[in-house]
Formats: sequence, structure tokens, C-alpha cells
Amino acid sequence: MKSSLLNMVLSLGIITIVAAALLAGVYSLTEQPIKAAALNKQIEAISAVTPEFNNDPVAEAIEITPEGESTPLKVFPAKKDGQLVGAAVESYSLAGFSGEIRLIYGFDSNGNITGYEVMSHAETPGLGAKMDEWFRSPEGSRNVIGLNPATANMTVKKDGGDIDAITAATITSRAFLDALTRASKAYVKLQEQNK
Amino acid sequence: MNSKLKILYNGIVTENPTFVLMLGMCPTLGTTGSAMTGMSMGLATMGVLICSNVVISLIKNLIPAKVRIPAYIVVIATFVSVLQLVMEAYLPALNTLLGIFIPLIVVNCILLGRAEAFASRHGVVDSCLDGIGIGLGFTIALTILGAVREILGTGKIFGAEIFPETYGSLIFVLAPGAFIALGLLIALFTKIRGAKC
Repeated sequence: MKSSLLNMVLSLGIITIVAAALLAGVYSLTEQPIKAAALNKQIEAISAVTPEFNNDPVAEAIEITPEGESTPLKVFPAKKDGQLVGAAVESYSLAGFSGEIRLIYGFDSNGNITGYEVMSHAETPGLGAKMDEWFRSPEGSRNVIGLNPATANMTVKKDGGDIDAITAATITSRAFLDALTRASKAYVKLQEQNK
Repeated sequence: MNSKLKILYNGIVTENPTFVLMLGMCPTLGTTGSAMTGMSMGLATMGVLICSNVVISLIKNLIPAKVRIPAYIVVIATFVSVLQLVMEAYLPALNTLLGIFIPLIVVNCILLGRAEAFASRHGVVDSCLDGIGIGLGFTIALTILGAVREILGTGKIFGAEIFPETYGSLIFVLAPGAFIALGLLIALFTKIRGAKC
């Protein structure tokens, strides 16, 4: 078709209006499922890391700023019959090999680590990305689950700590423990508030 | 050969977007760390390609020549956004895995290339078949490349273990391995096709 100003404006205008309408329709259709999917992921991670609970940790979530930090962390208290039995703490570390690492850690009422889930990271596949399994493996001193950050030295062996770093990914391991320490500080604060 | 079948064959073999046209190299190298992600990326691209080819062949006579490229891009971008919203809602895990590469389908030259070279000159049925053919060609190529990298890198295929991970060569999971594997696969494909070049 030969181009004239009028038909160019008209055809592009109509195409973009139709496209906008279509996108608005799809957006309104998927808005709820997207929110539900994100919430689901969070709830799944929380139940995977904390002791059994029967409250709604997401609704009762509070923000706690760990000692000596400025950014608050999101803490999801796990309660059984109104009694605090533990919590999931969404923590982060900027000390990783590439970008921010976001993790969720679980603690029981004694402050022991009950589990962790990696929410997002951009670490090297095959090296740092192994943190998802490494720190729950029973081999050597890799496992952090069951340890108490108050008594154990939560740094890698290279730095004089108790934990085996991931082979060829010491930086990621340090970041993992950095996020863990941050989460544990926030949890200690939560316990103090609940006394 | 039947002309409709020929369009399909053309997309998968004669004009395979990865091994022959060598278009869309960014997702090809970026998402083929495993067979599963490669295949998902191929299928996502195929979905958008079929839709955009059909729509563009339908509206080709209504678009003035001077603004055809922006018009095609709007059509492609709309389908990509729809795909992303749907994936976020119903396949969140896959969406996290493919990440930035889904929105990047907008600038994949395969889509604009097929819109300009095929859909704007052919009817709806042929354009749809071209989308299926090229899409399958892309999916097959990405799945093969992903499988090769996954086997050599981690000893697994589609997550199932073939040999222990310790014997894998990590370089194939990382970017340099993508180039090495792709180069060798292109050579192999050209040899099988018997092309003279």
C-alpha cells in the first residue's frame, strides 16, 4: 500500500489501540493468578523451612531491622496455638559473586536453623548455584541445618569458621552465611520482642 | 513434494533458523544450559512466531509500506507480553528459569525476519505453517544444543542422570561451552545436509 500521512497515522494508531486493549484484557485476567502464584511460592518456602505452625505467617509478617543494619528484613512468625514456635526470615546478601542473593531461612524456638530456601540468585551455574543443595548435604561440615548461630561459628573454614565452603565458590558460600547471620540477628530480635 | 509440507520442511531443515540462517543467537546461547530450558525457550518462541505470522499475514494489505516495521514490532511485542503474563500466572517456575529471555523475544530477529520475508508476502495458512516450521526448527535446535551441553556439563539429560556429575565438564554449562557446542553442531548439521559452501 502507498504511504500517506493519513493512512500511516491511522493504521499505526489502530494497531496500537487494539494491542493496548488486548494487553489490558490479558492483564486483568492474569492479575489474580500472578499474585496467587507469588504468594504460593512464599507460603511454600515458609512451610518448608519452619517448624509446623497453624497461624498465617504471611498475614502476621513484621519487619525487623537486625542489629547494626539499616535495611529491615521481613520476618514471618510461625505460631502453634498462639505460641511462637519459630519463624522464617527473608534475608539477602550483596556479597555474592554476581548480584543480590535472596534466601529464606527458618529457625525454631531455640534459635536452631530448621531449613533454608533460595528465592533468587544469579550465581554461576554448577558452582555457586549449588548452594541450594550444598548446605543441607550431610557430607563433611557442609550442613547448616540444626546448627545454632549463637553457638556455632557461621563462617567458612577458610575464614576460621565451622562450615565447608562450596568447592570453587567460596565467595558464594560467604554470601550465603552473610545472609544467614543477618537473618539470625533479626530472629534473635523477634524472640526478645516476644518475651 | 506437496507445497504445504515443503514450507514445514523448509523451516526445520533447509532454512533452520539456528543451524542455517543463524538468527536469534542470543537466546540460543543464553537459554541452552539444559535441554529443558532450551526446549521451553523454543516452544515459547514458536508460540509467538505462529501468532505474529498469522496476524501479520492478515493485516499485510492494510499497512502502508513506510510504517510496516513498527507495525510488525507492535504485533510481536503484544504477543510476547501476553505470553509473559500468562507464563507468570500459570508457569511461574519456568518463567523464573527463562527470566529476561522471554521479553527479549521481541527483538529476536527470527520473528521480524519471518514477518518481513514470509508473512507479509503469503496467505494466512502458509504463514501459519511457516511459523510452525521455523518454530519447530528453532525448538529442535535449542533442545539438541541444550541436551549436548547438559550431558557434557553435568552428565544429565532432562534432569535424568547418565553419569555422575563429577565427570562432567563445567565449561559446557557456562558461556564458552555454548559457543563450542553450537559451532560443532552447525558443522555437523551442514555436513548431514550435504550443503556446499
